[in-house]
Amino acid sequence: MKRSGASRFFYNNSQLLIPLIAILLLTVFNLIRDPGFFSVGIAANNNGDPVLQGNLISILNGASELVILSMGMTLVTAAAGGQDISVGALAAIGGSVFVKVLKGGSINGLLVLAAFLACCAAAMVFGALNGSLVSFFGIQPMIATLILFTCGRSIAYWINGGATPTVASPILNAIGSFIPGIPVPTPILIVIAAGILFALLFRFTALGLYIQTVGINQGAARLNGISAKGIKLLSFILLGACCAVAGVIGVSRLGLINHETLLINIEMDAILAVAIGGNNLGGGRFKMIGSVLGAYAIQALTITLYAMKVPSTDVKAYKAVVIIILVIMGSPVVKDAAGRLWKRLFGTRRTGTAGKEAA
Amino acid sequence: MQEDIVLTMRGICKYFPGVTALNRVDFTLRRGEIHALMGENGAGKSTLIKVLTGVYPMDAGEIRVDGIENPIVIHSPQEAAGFGISTVYQEITLCPNLTVAENMFIGRSPKKSVNWKSMEKRAGEILENLGIPARPKQQLGRCSIAVQQMVAIARAVDTDCKVLILDEPTSSLDDREVEMLFGLMRELKARGVGIIFVTHFLEQVYAVSDRITVLRNGELVGEYEVEKLPQVALVEKMIGKDLEDLSSIQKSEVQAASETGDLYEAKGLSSSEAEAFDFHIAKGEVNGFTGLLGSGRSESVRAIFGADPVTGGAIRVNGKAVKITKPLDAMKNGIGYLPEDRKRDGIIADLSVRDNIILALQVIKGMRHPLSRAQAEAFADEYIKALSIKTASPDTPIRSLSGGNQQKVILARWLLTHPQYLILDEPTRGIDVGTKTEIQKLVLKLSEEGMGITFISSEIEEMLRTCSRLIVMRDRHIAGELTGEELSQEQVMRTIAGGGE
Ligand SMILES: Nc1ncnc2c1ncn2[C@@H]1O[C@H](COP(=O)(O)OP(=O)(O)OP(=O)(O)O)[C@@H](O)[C@H]1O
Ligand SMILES: [Mg+2]
Repeated sequence: MKRSGASRFFYNNSQLLIPLIAILLLTVFNLIRDPGFFSVGIAANNNGDPVLQGNLISILNGASELVILSMGMTLVTAAAGGQDISVGALAAIGGSVFVKVLKGGSINGLLVLAAFLACCAAAMVFGALNGSLVSFFGIQPMIATLILFTCGRSIAYWINGGATPTVASPILNAIGSFIPGIPVPTPILIVIAAGILFALLFRFTALGLYIQTVGINQGAARLNGISAKGIKLLSFILLGACCAVAGVIGVSRLGLINHETLLINIEMDAILAVAIGGNNLGGGRFKMIGSVLGAYAIQALTITLYAMKVPSTDVKAYKAVVIIILVIMGSPVVKDAAGRLWKRLFGTRRTGTAGKEAA
Repeated sequence: MQEDIVLTMRGICKYFPGVTALNRVDFTLRRGEIHALMGENGAGKSTLIKVLTGVYPMDAGEIRVDGIENPIVIHSPQEAAGFGISTVYQEITLCPNLTVAENMFIGRSPKKSVNWKSMEKRAGEILENLGIPARPKQQLGRCSIAVQQMVAIARAVDTDCKVLILDEPTSSLDDREVEMLFGLMRELKARGVGIIFVTHFLEQVYAVSDRITVLRNGELVGEYEVEKLPQVALVEKMIGKDLEDLSSIQKSEVQAASETGDLYEAKGLSSSEAEAFDFHIAKGEVNGFTGLLGSGRSESVRAIFGADPVTGGAIRVNGKAVKITKPLDAMKNGIGYLPEDRKRDGIIADLSVRDNIILALQVIKGMRHPLSRAQAEAFADEYIKALSIKTASPDTPIRSLSGGNQQKVILARWLLTHPQYLILDEPTRGIDVGTKTEIQKLVLKLSEEGMGITFISSEIEEMLRTCSRLIVMRDRHIAGELTGEELSQEQVMRTIAGGGE
């Protein structure tokens, strides 16, 4: 009585249903509202290069920082069973370090690389700080990261002596918008690269298994030789690296660092992306692709609301409503009810109680 | 409904994806009887109980209880309690840091305001009435496991209880505690409560039960009166064939340690939980720690594996001095450890059977050398077959396996690492009779191949059958060591009690 490959595939990936439905609904809604909403065109940018344009591109492009942060947030959530609320502040610190190094000389490729590495190092050190509080002192992730959440932007402010310096260079343009000759916005390419890096990481190490084991049963992980503390720490360091990349994208888009506004409030969206992606916020099993889809759904929602000319002050309220609906749709109660309904309609067997113990 | 029948279940079916857990099962419970529910691991016992208590909805069938005209539908354990059906699960689900009285009443006081004084008084009455040796104001965590178990029962039967369900209540009790529990069960039986009793201990079934219902592979085999079903016949009904004779198990003669050298040797080993002790095991030796629960036997083997923080001691593996302060050190030295508490320390509940099997091997290989998907699949398939683990597929999360099958997965995890020294703490807990014999045989086979094995079991007979040396613990110290001729039930009991000579 083995299940067929296809049905097992759907069963294993059922958590992706909610973000996919969200994206589908937004797509349909927009197409009805404006059939040309997703049309992608080619236009010349300021430099006269032909580049892709359209709402679809701005959704994919605009979501880049959020997607990268939600990848890291997925790992922290899975391993530590809690969320990091300091990612925005951490990105601001990273961005400030990036600019600080760039200000140290005339900008060339080598200097940008050095600046990027310094930015990564700084963000990873602060990530490690968060991680140590969580793993060695046993502090709840949200409380531990509250510290950096509160003071991170002040640290960013000190790094550049209180100023919001601008940096201009074709190299930064290439990072923040387009590489000459390539019509796809660079942040989208960076997201793809990050995705590939994570895919390789999971393919060529057993990190995924370790993280899930720690998140599900820390005591048993230890008895099987896994250092739960080390894994949690590692997940925070990886998130730190994600913050650095997001910070660099953010700075390069604007050509300046504004420590107060860079990626402000993004931590909440990143946590939401993880939740909408069907991942358990209490830790354990995870699917990074779910968080990525969740992040794109959130960005699509934002762009849709702006396209509908909703005043920017109201956008948050509308967003909240949609998000409540999505989160309720993904709740066990609704899933169970849907399972029963499905069974009544089609009479096929389906597990509605997969969460219950059978010992 | 017949006069003395309190519960009937007819044609109960329950399907899980890929598994038919129950297929048209009938079950009848009479007033004031103790009714044993028997079957191999994965036969469907727990599922039948969970259907009855509303944990799972049933896919077909009918449940009737005494005093209600129509068949009933039960959606939750609370609803079941409303029908007079109460359950005590194997894992104690009470709060250890509350008092006994609080545990008995919390969460189900129908009155708005709780009067603690009268509650304590009432608790005291119930406890005395049932002869449970606990005081209402005592903190629950301070009571022995058996008493906690009995408090859980008192909590369950206090409401107007017609049916009491006990799913493997005795698996972590010693003989004396089991007797205490049986006393309570007989008391309740005399009051007319119908008791459903799930266990893998055959002697216990014959000690207290009136009737036995046997399940096999989710189907009803039959209902029998205890007197009419001798033990051999019961086993045959459960596993569908004759059980191989236990006496066929032959201990191998261990080569003297002086010839082969010690595989593992500890001097003055101590941990945060265990006091300093000396211990050694030779290649191919099977030895065991025994003693009452709480005597320090589990703590000692945990110290060997580095499961609790190690505080001192000199350790040699194959004659070479090594440091073992954490589980990973032990694993790297070829030591494996199957923990006593499967649920807390063993299973990774949400991970698949496959991931649970390969976990320890993967950790030994290191994070940077992942097993390929194909390798993992091959290993999982091999051990699922070798230990006949009942699972819908290797992808199934381990938490949806039956208790005994979860235990086999953890055993598979350690066998897969091919350790030179394997520590098994209660490996047969919750395992059915047939498989128990298989595991004992496996232990002896592995030892013949040169593996050193330390074995702990609450069943002394099981240890006498497999171990060539028994270390007896009392009050967290080694009270004596028995070998050869001394290995007898009486001698072990005497050493445990303190009259070594
Ligand atoms: N939630 C679930 N999801 C999928 N399958 C399940 C679930 N619960 C039980 N099963 C399957 O149903 C079958 C019966 O399991 P059950 O727990 O009733 O066995 P059992 O008789 O109690 O065995 P044991 O003696 O090992 O406790 C098993 O094959 C098990 O894998
Ligand atoms: Mg069971």
